[in-house]
Amino acid sequence: MERLHFEYAASQPIKQRAHVGVVGSGDLEVLLEPSPDQKAHVTITTSVDGFGKTWKLVMDRFFSHYQCAASIEIHDFGATPGAVALRLEQAVERSQS
Amino acid sequence: MSNEKTISTRGRIWFETLAGKQAKHRPSVPSVLVADTTLQKERVRFLAIVPDPENRFPCARQGQVGLQEGWNLAKQIRDAIKADENGEKRAIIAIVDVPSQAYGRREELLGIFLAAAAATDAYVSARLAGHPVISLLVGHAISGGFLTHGAQANRLLAFNDPGVTVHAMAKNAAARVTRRTVEELDKLAETIIPMSYKIEDYAKLGTLYKLIDGVKVDSPEPEQVEQVRDDLSAAIADARSGQRDLSDRLQSQGAQKNRIATLVVRQRLAAEWHSN
Amino acid sequence: MSQPTPGAASSSPPTLRDPREYLTRKSLVELNARERAQALLDEGSYRELLGPFERLESPWLLQQGVVPQADDGLIVARGKISGTDSVILAIEGQFQGGGIGEVSGAKAAAALDLALEDAKRGQPVQVVLLLETGGVRLQEANLGLEVIAEINSSLIALRQHVPVVGVIAGMVGCFGGMSISASLCSYLIMTREARLGLNGPEVIEEQSGIEEFDSKDRQLIWGVNGGEQRHATGFADYLAEDDVAAIKECIVQAFGRGIPATHRSEQVDDYLKRLAAIDVSHQLESSEIRKLWSKGE
Repeated sequence: MERLHFEYAASQPIKQRAHVGVVGSGDLEVLLEPSPDQKAHVTITTSVDGFGKTWKLVMDRFFSHYQCAASIEIHDFGATPGAVALRLEQAVERSQS
Repeated sequence: MSNEKTISTRGRIWFETLAGKQAKHRPSVPSVLVADTTLQKERVRFLAIVPDPENRFPCARQGQVGLQEGWNLAKQIRDAIKADENGEKRAIIAIVDVPSQAYGRREELLGIFLAAAAATDAYVSARLAGHPVISLLVGHAISGGFLTHGAQANRLLAFNDPGVTVHAMAKNAAARVTRRTVEELDKLAETIIPMSYKIEDYAKLGTLYKLIDGVKVDSPEPEQVEQVRDDLSAAIADARSGQRDLSDRLQSQGAQKNRIATLVVRQRLAAEWHSN
Repeated sequence: MSQPTPGAASSSPPTLRDPREYLTRKSLVELNARERAQALLDEGSYRELLGPFERLESPWLLQQGVVPQADDGLIVARGKISGTDSVILAIEGQFQGGGIGEVSGAKAAAALDLALEDAKRGQPVQVVLLLETGGVRLQEANLGLEVIAEINSSLIALRQHVPVVGVIAGMVGCFGGMSISASLCSYLIMTREARLGLNGPEVIEEQSGIEEFDSKDRQLIWGVNGGEQRHATGFADYLAEDDVAAIKECIVQAFGRGIPATHRSEQVDDYLKRLAAIDVSHQLESSEIRKLWSKGE
């Protein structure tokens, strides 16, 4: 099990907090809340070690699309990068609705 | 779990020792021992589940809690509730030494989960009706066996002895399911109290009324037996002065120390329950 | 909705019988626990208590290298069911097989206790348990065991005042100590996909041998534990289609019946008689028990 942290400059405020997903095999849950500052803070707890670079790629990509000032917490149980990206998008969508 | 199931005699030894010669043994099935007697002026019904090598159910011949055991426990407890309906409520004392529930096809088809529920229901109903329900853990108290026979007591007592274990699953099986070695499980248990197989660690969770030291569990001496009788009497009196539900368990020092998350959940849920 | 079983007793795992059903029904099985609670409560009435943002997680999992879930795998949701105040306790079967831990169990036990207080105050709230669980979460062993005992105790106290309805939809089913809880419910609803048993097939095979139970035999598994069998032999009150509306209708009907005159777990003399009458010297088959214990007999 690994803990990862990422930070990004971000300007877009979050309308409301959002939660998606389940910590099931091959899945993850995402908790998204407004960040206290003009940055995005991401904390990932993942059951699979050694994929730091992949996580960074996924996060970099996500924040290149959504510059949201969010505190994001992820509990991951072996999801694929595609599944992670999907859950993140779902979370953002929900936070804006 | 090894295929060798050792047959324990602790349940029978303690049932016969505590019930004593004066006890009135009630007709039952061979695996469910029932006797009425008095313990320092308190009327008590002792109950024990013991191995019956001739059990009609082949998967319940080594002391496991199966169909007959669940339903007969329920009957014996409900008979006591009915008999005491309009009078003083006798104490119900479970002598607990159960390796597990029974694992079999007959059991699943015929609803062992309901048999277990029936015994659970009877114990809880007795407690709610004002009967002090006491459990004395003399050997194993594992999983569905313990949930059925012993877990619903007002007051739980256990001998501080390596042969006394409370757990959700036998060690070998637990190791396999969690994909660890037995040694790894033991190591984890050192810091994760609820996973430990040691009764001293179980005591830290705050559900035990008393951890009894200094008793030779397999062959008790007369003074030790007297001490246990005193402990049981004290437990009965304490139960009569306490709650009829299980909330006393949450007031213990052990709960305050090792079930903090439980207490936080209860507090927060109560606060949010009605708010809008 | 309780449906008669068509034709001869078939105990194969559930299959789709009418393709057109697929287009109109809304599966409960495909929803996660939170979605199930939302689907069953009246539109707009859903209010989650101790939700994921309160981060009441297990204090025991991280140290074991297990990733926690923010709600610890049990959702407490208040709302209305057909206009009546209700609480749904939904177990997330996808998280650690729905195993009950210190926090998830405490949420359930506390909710049952609070519902009891409400009932005693003359403001009863209906409790529905969505049971998708293998029983005790092994990583929390003795606390899981303890809290299931507490849940069972609280359930028995509550059902004296207001019915408690259990629903097992699948695909995890309801096993272990929670199968006792299911049997203590005033009414139990199962789908064909669902299973109910104290011990899972694998552990029976492990403990008692493959002759006793072949854990790879899906026909045997559903024949013994499946919703159809359980309903046919009187262990479940309703056999519902895996459809949100159908299941909700069963829930409403069940509550409408009020507190049962005797609970299943109180029928001691009846079951002792039944057991005495069965020849268990040979291995039993599902069909045999269906013949002997058919509902209504």
